[in-house]
Formats: sequence, C-alpha cells, structure tokens
Amino acid sequence: MQVIYDWFLAFYERTGINLSFIYDNFDRARIIKGFWLTIELSVITIALSIVVGVIGAWLKGARSGWVRHSVDAFISIFRNTPPLVQIYFFYFGLGFMLPRVMDPISGTMAPMVTNFQWAVLSLSLFAGAFNIEIFRSGMEAVPRAMVEAADSLGYTRSQIYWHVVLPLAFRNCLPALGNNLVNLVKTTNLAYAIAVPEMMYAAKQIWSDSSNVREMMIFLLFAYVFLVAILVYGLNWLERALRIPGYGQMGGR
Amino acid sequence: MTQPDRGFVSLRDVHKTFGAHKVINGISLDVAKGETICIIGPSGSGKSTLIRCINALVPVDRGSIHLDGIEVNTPKLDKLALRRRVGIVFQQYNLFPHKTALENIMMAPITVLKQDRAEVEARARALLKKVRLAGKEGAYPGELSGGQQQRVAIARSLAMRPDVMLFDEVTAALDPETKKDVLTTIQDLARDGMTCLVVTHEMGFAREVSNRVYFTEGGLIVEHAPPAEFFSNPQDPRTREFLSQVL
Amino acid sequence: MLRFSDAFAPSAVRVTSRAALAVSALVFVGSSAMAAAGSAHDSVLTILIRWAPLLLSGFLFNLLISVLSMAVGTLAGIPLGMMQLSSLRPLARLGYYLTQFFRNAPWLVLLFICVMLLPFEFRVAGLRIPFPDWVKAVVGFSLPAMANVSEILRGAVLSVPTGQWESAESLGFNRRQTMFQIILPQCIKRMLPPWMNLYSLITMSTVTASVVGVSEMLTMTAQVHAAEGSRPELLAPLYSFAMLCFFVYAYPIGKWTEYLERKYQVKD
Repeated sequence: MQVIYDWFLAFYERTGINLSFIYDNFDRARIIKGFWLTIELSVITIALSIVVGVIGAWLKGARSGWVRHSVDAFISIFRNTPPLVQIYFFYFGLGFMLPRVMDPISGTMAPMVTNFQWAVLSLSLFAGAFNIEIFRSGMEAVPRAMVEAADSLGYTRSQIYWHVVLPLAFRNCLPALGNNLVNLVKTTNLAYAIAVPEMMYAAKQIWSDSSNVREMMIFLLFAYVFLVAILVYGLNWLERALRIPGYGQMGGR
Repeated sequence: MTQPDRGFVSLRDVHKTFGAHKVINGISLDVAKGETICIIGPSGSGKSTLIRCINALVPVDRGSIHLDGIEVNTPKLDKLALRRRVGIVFQQYNLFPHKTALENIMMAPITVLKQDRAEVEARARALLKKVRLAGKEGAYPGELSGGQQQRVAIARSLAMRPDVMLFDEVTAALDPETKKDVLTTIQDLARDGMTCLVVTHEMGFAREVSNRVYFTEGGLIVEHAPPAEFFSNPQDPRTREFLSQVL
Repeated sequence: MLRFSDAFAPSAVRVTSRAALAVSALVFVGSSAMAAAGSAHDSVLTILIRWAPLLLSGFLFNLLISVLSMAVGTLAGIPLGMMQLSSLRPLARLGYYLTQFFRNAPWLVLLFICVMLLPFEFRVAGLRIPFPDWVKAVVGFSLPAMANVSEILRGAVLSVPTGQWESAESLGFNRRQTMFQIILPQCIKRMLPPWMNLYSLITMSTVTASVVGVSEMLTMTAQVHAAEGSRPELLAPLYSFAMLCFFVYAYPIGKWTEYLERKYQVKD
C-alpha cells in the first residue's frame, strides 16, 4: 500500500494534482469515514422511507376521511417545501425544544437526538412522502378487473391485497421508486449543512486543509456516481428478477 | 414503363428475415393496373411485412420489387418518389392526434409535396366527402370512432394521389358496425380503378371485391386464384384447412 | 356508514389543500407560541412582521434563481435531448452520456463546482463581464435542469407510438419533418407535467445556494436570527416561515401539474 501512497505523493509533486485523500493518512481516514457514513445514511434512509411509504399508502386507503387527509397534508408539506429547510427546521427548530440528556459514555449533557439522527429522520420523511404517492399510483395501476376476478374467485379482502394487488403494485412502481431512491442517495449530502461528517463534509474539510478543491470535487462526482451506479444496478437486478413475461410491456410491434 | 412480362406491381423471389426468423421466403406476385388483390393467411404468415416491403418501409434482403418499372430494392431508390405513388393504411389508423381530420389529410401534400394550400384544402374536403365523412372536418381523431378514423386515414393516403393503395388489416381493430363503412370505402376505390393490395381476414370482402386471392403461409404463397375458384375449389390442403377454420 | 370522501368527493382537492395549510399553520403558530412563552423579548409575530419584507425579498431572489435556472436548463436541455435522439450514433451516444452524467451527479456537488471553480469574471475582447456567485449558482442549477429536460424530451418522444413514425414515413415525410411537425407537437403535452415537477424541484433546491453564500432567503433567515440576538426559540418559527413561503408558491403548481397529468392521461 505504501508504494501506492508514495506514488500519489510523487504524482502531486510532479503534476500539481493533489490527491491528498489517497496519500495522506489523516485525509484518507476522513474520506473513508465520510464515505461509509454516506452509505450508512443512504441505507437507513432508504429503508425508513420505504416504511413511511408503505404505511402512508396503506393509511391513504383508510376509511376515515381525516386519516386520508392527514396523509395528504403530510405529503403536500414535505413535497412543497425545500428539504434543506426541513432539515434545518428539525435540527435547529425542533432540536432546540427537546431536552438535553446525560450521555452515558462521556457523562456530559448531550442533545437527545444527534444531528445524524435528525438528518435520517427528515430525509426519510422527505423521501417517504414521495414514496407514498409512488406506492399509491402503483396500486391504482393494478387493473380493476384483476381485483374483481379475485373477488369472484372468493378471495378475501386481505388475500386480494397480499396476493394480487401488492405483488403487481410493487412491480408497477419499481421504476418510479428507483428514481426516487436514487434522488435520495444524492440528497443525503444535504446533511452536510448540519455538520454530519458524511462524504461531502469530509471532502470540504480536506479541501479547506489541503486547498485541493478541484481534485476533491472530481472525486465527489465520481464517488456519488459510483454509489448511484451500485443502487441502479441493484434495482435493475430486482426488476429483472421480478419480471413477469409479457406483463407491463407495451404490446404490439 | 411497365415491362411486358411484369405487372404494374411486381415481386420476384423476395426474401426477408428478422434476426433468425424468416418472415418472407421467396415470394413472387404480379398485380395489373386497376386490379384489386386480397392476401389472406394465418397470423404470422408474413402478410404485413410483405405489404410494408412494397413501399420500402421494410427493406428486403433479396429479390426484386417493381412498381410501374421503378425498382424498390436498390440503395439508389428515391423514397419520396415511391411514396407519393404508394399509399398505405394501417390496422391502427395512426392518424396524427394533434391535427383535425381535415389537417391530417392536408399535411403531407403541403409539407412533403409543397402544394398550394387552397388547392389541397379543396381536395381534402372532396376526399372527406368521398369517404362519407363530410361534416367531420374539424374533428380530432380522438373524437372519431375507429371506423371514421380509418376512413380519414384512407383519405389521407389518397390526398397524395397514389397509383397503388396498400391496406394492412385495416378492419382488424374495428367492430362489425364500423367495419362495413371502411370496407365499402375500399370497394368504391377498387371500382374507380385504383390498384389495391389488401391484407385482410374478411373472406366476404375478398370474395366480392378482389380480382385475385393470394393465400400465404410460412412466408410463401401457397395458392392464388380468382375468388370464385379460390373459395369454391381450393387446391392445396393447407388452403382448405385454413378456409374450413375461417368460413 | 357515510364516508367522508363520499360527501366531499368533488371538492377533495380543496379539502386536502385546506388540511395541508391547516397543518402548516398549526406547526407555525405552535412553534411561535412556544417561542413566545416566557420571553421578555418581542413576540415572534412582531419579529416576523418586522423582517418579513427582507425575508420575502430573499424569497423573490430564490424565485428569480429558479426561473433563470429553468429557462437556461430548458434552452440547453432541448438540443441535448434532440442529440440523444439523433440518428447519428456517436452524437446520440454523447448526448446520452452527458445527460446521464448531469442527471446522476448530486445537485449540491454541481453547485459547489460551479461556485468554486468558475471564474468571478469573464474577459471577452477587453470587456469585463462580472460573474457573481448567484449567477454561478444559476449555472449550477441549470446543469441538472438541462439533463432532466433532455431526459423528459427523450422519454416523451419515445412514448409516441411507432405507428406515427411509420405512417409519416409512408406519406413521404423525412425525419426532420416528422420530428418537428408530427412527433414534437404531440410531446409538448406529455412533457408539461414532468417539466413542471422539475421546476418545483429546482425551486426547492435554490435554498442550497445559501450553503455557498448566495444571499437568498435561507441566508437572510440566518442573518435575521442573528440580528434578533440568536435566540434559539426563534429558529422554528423562522424556518416555518420559509417553509410557508415555498409551500404557498409550490403547492398550486403541484396541484396544477397533477391536474394536467390526469387530463392528458385520459386522452391517450
């Protein structure tokens, strides 16, 4: 490994291209930590946003009008306000209202919810609001006749939901869901604004110290494109694995 | 221009494959000027591809296609010259949804042939009357029934003043009611002396209107004869079997 | 049992909007009340009224940035989309890669790149053209806008049934005539809803310009907070106010988009 580090240091001296996050131990540790934190943030928010989406879509089918309209209001608010302001609102606005608690490890008073947790919460709600609508339209795209057919075969309501509507709805909405999750991964870097040391934050610290803005920017672009590519690859795999021959494709020539 | 040994529309040993799938497997046929022929056969027998080859919408792999002496299967083909002489009507009408019935008919003569607008409009109105849709000039395709749309599509092709009309299962997507109007329109055309190649599943129409019926299967012409003979005394066992299923 | 939705079905949209407004107002008033409780300072409402003109001018700046970004993004995105659809293979490939790259790069990173790496002025033939941060931000937002417009255009063109191409070709239209007279006019309707969605997203993202020091609404919100003595209880109402401004602007656009989506879906 040392050979590689040395080579990049020499590369810097020779060309002026400063890839300090490779050859410098401290910078490397920072960027690796940031990279993993971005992945952690992405994975947790993806999972939570799907949970929000599923529950919200289910609640939107509720009998009570107030439940449905509350879900609609939730969606409207999160879709029509900037995610960055949402993060600020949660972290600064609500975070201030929560009591501080004793941290059992350090023994000092610490905020009850950390900035990382606030970022997870607000990003999950933001992406979740989109997921609700995506799941919902996926369910609506299941042909009415299919439900009627199952109904006349004697399926119960929940059997229809689990065996007919849900499997088809999930396939219907997979492309839109994929798009939203890709956006979510790209949006995780808003956590930068509340000092969550994810990849963007780490990169900013490095370019402040090593004044290699250009190099770090290019690295960031590649790193995010790489992460998005992995997600897209996984989603494509899922789409292929779930594909039903002849279903959902445009007919004809 | 037509060579003495070849028809107004003439195919010689035409071959076409899509990937590994042989769609047309050596077809020859001749249609005289003013003649109407029907091509029948089971689905997937290459009928639609055959008809698309004639106006070069589908390039063929091998063989010769002549239209009034113009060779179609050549890289030097003047496609525009060919297409103003050959009209085609599809199963799915394919009208331009953002244009009214009248505009659909007027568009190609104005855009492609650069003809005078007033003159084209007068012709388009006459054509609409001819396909019995006078009064529907301002209607958008979405506001017309399938049969009406199909007749606009026929008028749209006729506006280019073609010498030959190709019909690709034009009634397959229509309900029996509207089907009749479209078939009558084609019949009128045939009577007026238009050269028509009609791919169809309408045996009654084939029997009444065509001069000759071709039966295709597996990319080959199995049998062809004048309709009276074809329907009363089919020679090939495959033709007999097909007719027994559809009649 | 009478269902709520049955009674109000025709005005469901209005009920939803009222509910959404009610909730946001509730958050706003609630947090303001909390901030006002036990405080000897000016009430939150007084502070907001005092600073509203400044904050709103900041908001107008956000809107200006969003409109300019969308305009530039659309003007650049249409040729890029046409490039993707070109029958020339290399040109189509290039268009595809450019589109994919700018679509998949995070907006915040593109913004940083534009703000930090573009020069602060251009010299054209001895003429000095200043290039302030907010203009760089416009460039930063119009890059992803461009890529998304390109993709919207491509998707719309591909969604036109192939029969349209086929029949245009049979009537003797060349590729260019087909594209401009037959395909694109049909695409405009299909493109409008996703285009408006994109505009909404761009508008929402303009606040990230605060991160790179453009004095738009969020930057001003922080300044107002500081001017009022940095009292932490003011943060929730201040950010609520910012959210409210965006909500009031974006909500009708969103509803209109939904309406257009439904309307054009039925017609197909």
